[in-house]
Amino acid sequence: MKICVCVKHVPDTAATIKLAGDNGFEDSEIKFVPNPYDEYGIEEAVSLVEKQGGEVVIVTVGKATAVTTIRGAMSMGAHRAILIKTDSQFLDASLTARALKAAMDQDGLPDMIFTGKGSVDTESFQTQYRLAKSFNMPIVNEVSTLTIDSGKAIAEREIGGGEKQVIEMSLPCVIGVTKGLNEPRYPKFQDIMKAKKKEIREMDLSELGIDVSQGKTMIEKLEPVPERSGATMLEGSVDDQVTELVRILKEDEKVL
Amino acid sequence: MAKTGILIEIENNTVKDTSLGVMTAAAGQEIYALVLGQDAAVVKDKLAEYGASHIVSITASGDLSSSPDLQSQALAAAVTEYNFETLLGTASATGRDLFARLAAILDQPLVSDCVQVNIAEKKVRKSHFSGKTFATLKVNGSVLLCTIRPNSIEPVAAPTAGELIEFVADVADPGLIKIVETKKAGADKLDLTEAPVIITGGRAIKAAENYKMLEDCAQKLGAAVGASRAAVDAGYAPHSMQVGQTGKTVSPKLYIACGVSGAVQHFAGMKTSKVIVAINEDKDAPIFSKCDYGIVGDIFDVVPLLTEKL
Ligand SMILES: Cc1cc2nc3c(=O)[nH]c(=O)nc-3n(C[C@H](O)[C@H](O)[C@H](O)COP(=O)(O)OP(=O)(O)OC[C@H]3O[C@@H](n4cnc5c(N)ncnc54)[C@H](O)[C@@H]3O)c2cc1C
Ligand SMILES: Nc1ncnc2c1ncn2[C@@H]1O[C@H](COP(=O)(O)O)[C@@H](O)[C@H]1O
Repeated sequence: MKICVCVKHVPDTAATIKLAGDNGFEDSEIKFVPNPYDEYGIEEAVSLVEKQGGEVVIVTVGKATAVTTIRGAMSMGAHRAILIKTDSQFLDASLTARALKAAMDQDGLPDMIFTGKGSVDTESFQTQYRLAKSFNMPIVNEVSTLTIDSGKAIAEREIGGGEKQVIEMSLPCVIGVTKGLNEPRYPKFQDIMKAKKKEIREMDLSELGIDVSQGKTMIEKLEPVPERSGATMLEGSVDDQVTELVRILKEDEKVL
Repeated sequence: MAKTGILIEIENNTVKDTSLGVMTAAAGQEIYALVLGQDAAVVKDKLAEYGASHIVSITASGDLSSSPDLQSQALAAAVTEYNFETLLGTASATGRDLFARLAAILDQPLVSDCVQVNIAEKKVRKSHFSGKTFATLKVNGSVLLCTIRPNSIEPVAAPTAGELIEFVADVADPGLIKIVETKKAGADKLDLTEAPVIITGGRAIKAAENYKMLEDCAQKLGAAVGASRAAVDAGYAPHSMQVGQTGKTVSPKLYIACGVSGAVQHFAGMKTSKVIVAINEDKDAPIFSKCDYGIVGDIFDVVPLLTEKL
């Protein structure tokens, strides 16, 4: 079984994002990591292949610096990787999906594709659907339980209020994963060393015939979300404080 | 006036408030309220009251609820039939999924989880970097597809006559995907991401059974109950209740954090709430520098009193 895992190179969520120009950010000083949701996909793919045989290929669209993310993914047990290089800080989801597809077309079709449920930088929540459509594969997103059995995938996804849907798909398929599916392994020193020797095939976005100016969405402006500057602390006895809070919420803020 | 479709979500034969907010986001446009595979007649008056000039009941010969592919195809057929320039929905679990499928079918731009939409200029605003920044996106396509973050737009009535139309979509199931079961969550719980008010318990809650205290308060508030990761990791609450970077992103009108210290990863999930209240016994807790109103006190004293006074 060949499994592709789409892994995005994203700023660590704990990093402070310093904006640069109208629609960019300083990306040379901050730490980048594999998109946290994608790690559940790497773990799932690696453990499936450990059981059933086959190979796991990481596919990333990103800057040349994304090799750190790719090495990280390979130290978790993936066999090799493809890096589709672009200089853009943001590539929209439709172009990203086209790039992922073109690379997979060249490399040979997978039996399964794992992605994260969404990326934590652009929060666009759609690349996996566009990719699935381009291959005419079925897709389920936000999967937290998965069983693969005789050419079928049975996936569970939360649909709100704790309610869950059980969905059956035929393979090949695309599965967008989320927390709860597994516990991503922590690579050992030997795994990290081994990963350094694994193959990374590099391609250029432009070689794949993709023009970065043809995106469907364009970021015009990035601005910081206003920070709150400290609370109004309520005073007096507990009774006074609670009475005042209820009054404020009803009369001043009108949220009750 | 652009022809704008709104995907309506219905629960217990009532239009969800979040869907009414989405209709308000399209105020001034020619609004078609789209009801997919459910009874549109019972909600017609409500939809007309909030600005829908047309209420479209979308059905198909097969059972739409059996496959998300069928649902998205039926929706795509409606977009073509009525020539919508814009289609808006709620960024709920269902809305996010259906819109992404639709965007892939139509090969049109989609922006998920928007907090503002400018239909005329095809510009939208949404969160980037886990709530740290807002991005303004310009959209390039013949149909603008957007899901809107629940509670980000307050519903405003805009009565119209409202005409009910039936649309039978001609769709065929390729049979690649099937919904085999829906597991209920027990009691009808308010969904966290859509709740207008949330009360969250952190590690300070100390035991699973103490969430009862928050549930009692939530009942009076019309709120959903959330948890911090520390509380989930300690086994006090299920992961489906977790708010934050690795949990749910929420944006209610009112967020009450009880015994939560205010870690960045928690804030990543609730920062854009309209009003944030913190209750913490430690006057130096970091959360007090990032919220709107603070009470220094023991949650086991403050919360029951709050429940009583509501
Ligand atoms: C990669 C990563 C992802 C993460 N994702 C998330 C996430 O999604 N969501 C999340 O919440 N966290 C997340 N965290 C964890 C986060 O960093 C914090 O550890 C966590 O939010 C702390 O939870 P807490 O505030 O409940 O607990 P604590 O930090 O222990 O705070 C408890 C607070 O309760 C107060 N208190 C104690 N007893 C009482 C009482 N009786 N009355 C009043 N106040 C009292 C204390 O003063 C303290 O401020 C993540 C961390 C990492 C590294
Ligand atoms: N640049 C990228 N390289 C590799 N995979 C990506 C990239 N962008 C998105 N993905 C995959 O698609 C998922 C959804 O991303 P998004 O649509 O950006 O929220 C992510 O979790 C990744 O698995």
